[in-house]
Amino acid sequence: MKPTPLYGMMAEFDTPTDLVAAAERAHHAGYQKIDAYSPFPIEGLAEAIGFQKNRVPLVTLIGGIVGGLTGYLMQYWISASSYPVNVGGKPYHSWPAFIPVTFELTILFAGISAVLGMLALNGLPMPYHPVFNVPRFAFASKDRFFLIVFSSDPQYNSKATRDFLERLNPRSISEVPS
Amino acid sequence: MDDRTEQLAKNGAPVIEPGHTFATVTDKISSIVLTRPTSNGWYVGFGIAFLLAMTLLFAVGYLFARGIGIWGVNVPIGWGFAIVNFVWWIGIGHAGTLISAILLLLRQSWRNSINRFAEAMTLFAVACAGIFPLIHVGRPWLAYWLFPYPNSMGVWPQFRSPLIWDVFAVSTYATISLLFWFIGLVPDLATLRDRSTNRVAQMIYGILAMGWRGSARHWHRYETAYLLLAGLATPLVLSVHTVVSFDFAIGIVPGWHTTIFPPYFVAGAIYSGFAMVLMLAIPIRKVYGLEDFITERHLQNSAKVMLATGLIVAYGYVIEAFMGWYSGNRYDAFTLWNRLHGPYKWDYFALLICNIVIPQVLWIRKLRTKPIALFFISGVVLVGMWLERFIIVVVSLHRDFLTSSWGMYYPTRWDWMTYIGTIGLFLAAMFLFVRILPMISIFEMRTLLPEAEVKE
Repeated sequence: MKPTPLYGMMAEFDTPTDLVAAAERAHHAGYQKIDAYSPFPIEGLAEAIGFQKNRVPLVTLIGGIVGGLTGYLMQYWISASSYPVNVGGKPYHSWPAFIPVTFELTILFAGISAVLGMLALNGLPMPYHPVFNVPRFAFASKDRFFLIVFSSDPQYNSKATRDFLERLNPRSISEVPS
Repeated sequence: MDDRTEQLAKNGAPVIEPGHTFATVTDKISSIVLTRPTSNGWYVGFGIAFLLAMTLLFAVGYLFARGIGIWGVNVPIGWGFAIVNFVWWIGIGHAGTLISAILLLLRQSWRNSINRFAEAMTLFAVACAGIFPLIHVGRPWLAYWLFPYPNSMGVWPQFRSPLIWDVFAVSTYATISLLFWFIGLVPDLATLRDRSTNRVAQMIYGILAMGWRGSARHWHRYETAYLLLAGLATPLVLSVHTVVSFDFAIGIVPGWHTTIFPPYFVAGAIYSGFAMVLMLAIPIRKVYGLEDFITERHLQNSAKVMLATGLIVAYGYVIEAFMGWYSGNRYDAFTLWNRLHGPYKWDYFALLICNIVIPQVLWIRKLRTKPIALFFISGVVLVGMWLERFIIVVVSLHRDFLTSSWGMYYPTRWDWMTYIGTIGLFLAAMFLFVRILPMISIFEMRTLLPEAEVKE
């Protein structure tokens, strides 16, 4: 049987400090396609692996603007154009009365955009992922910290990369089958 | 001295008892769901709550068959228990959002051990609240008419009415609360997926966890989204009870038409919500042995929030009474007189005792750390806040401008069954929640541990 191509090489660490240090060293060593896994968010870890583009705020902002416009224009069109009803002599376009619904729809659209945007940018839901093939990866949701160098990295070389990871003093090193 | 010990020295009891590691925190919380056998007490508790929920089903079923004539509502009191309970339940929900969103923005990390079940409480309370306006519309099968949708009748909702604002406020609140709660659960669902040994449980938690693997990129976006949601939920929660208070304040009925309503409703909501948080947290931490995570500090802080919001509510009562006199408006003055001397005066005195007098014992530090005392004081506050809504709705309506249309309100057994039924529904949902989902946020608890800090 032909051996399956490797997805990457994974090193396991005991503490968040070790992981951040290892991620920084890997990044400095010129590895570009790396990722780190931890059981809770660690400040500075995303920067350590060279991640900068976070578009969640932009998506949320766009969602909020669309929601606000939808809310106001819908009320304007309904109350002033499609179905004008005289209520207590108030103008058809009674903008102060339209504020609460405009506000609620701004929040609603922005909130849904934040959540769906975050999931979409993260590529979730994704039930299968090669890293789950590593048995020890089950501890990534408990108390272990992992660094992976993907085999798609231009510098990736199974021997050199393994040697590099060995020098980071990991608890274990595993190959990740794809 | 690092931040943590400094905080400890300042505030007494710690947020999390010393000696815990990532592994013990994970095991302790996930074992409640995964390995701990379901106790007989749980079955009994859930059984009672479920029976009460079935009472609700029965009462609502009969209501659908016969119409709202089975309730005690009639002219002049068209808004009886249904609206009292609606406001009461939605108010209770507010503490969950306050804990999860506002305290997150204020960097109050002690919230991490109570936010999850407080958010669940919010969801279930909003669900109970949502039932009431729907069944109160008289023809509930047409309740979707409340939403603006293109229809063959060519009609649209009337957006100058606070009642339609309420539809948007409450449905937005329910949606955002659900998203916030679910997104907070995702990393913990991944933990349960990886810890569980049962194939079915692995599948279910696995599907719900959506393949979460804790990548640094994912955490980064996740934290941004979570913080943004908190930032959005903060004005939202304040707006929801403000809009609920508009249902009254925009009307011209004496006792409703006041500008103090929005802030005083929001404070009252948080007041009753924290009372419910304590009533749930105290037995839960005892039964599941979670005193290490829900410490005295949490009880103390919740009691302090109750005390502070209770004083704001008291201020609201004082201003209401003052304005009744100072406005010189004879109807407003009569509303005040009627509360003190009318047929419902005992409700008003009970309200003052429950909401203002008794909670003052929370000034005593010793009592704030006594779970049993806090449990009962919280119960008193919940009763008091229910009475407050009863007085706002019923007592204001039963004596309005025309003496010829004065009347009394007599709730029927169906009113009571519906009300108690929603309490059953709420408790049954809470029982299920603590059994099948982690009631404390595991990943946020990990961040509280000293070893979570990255050392330079």
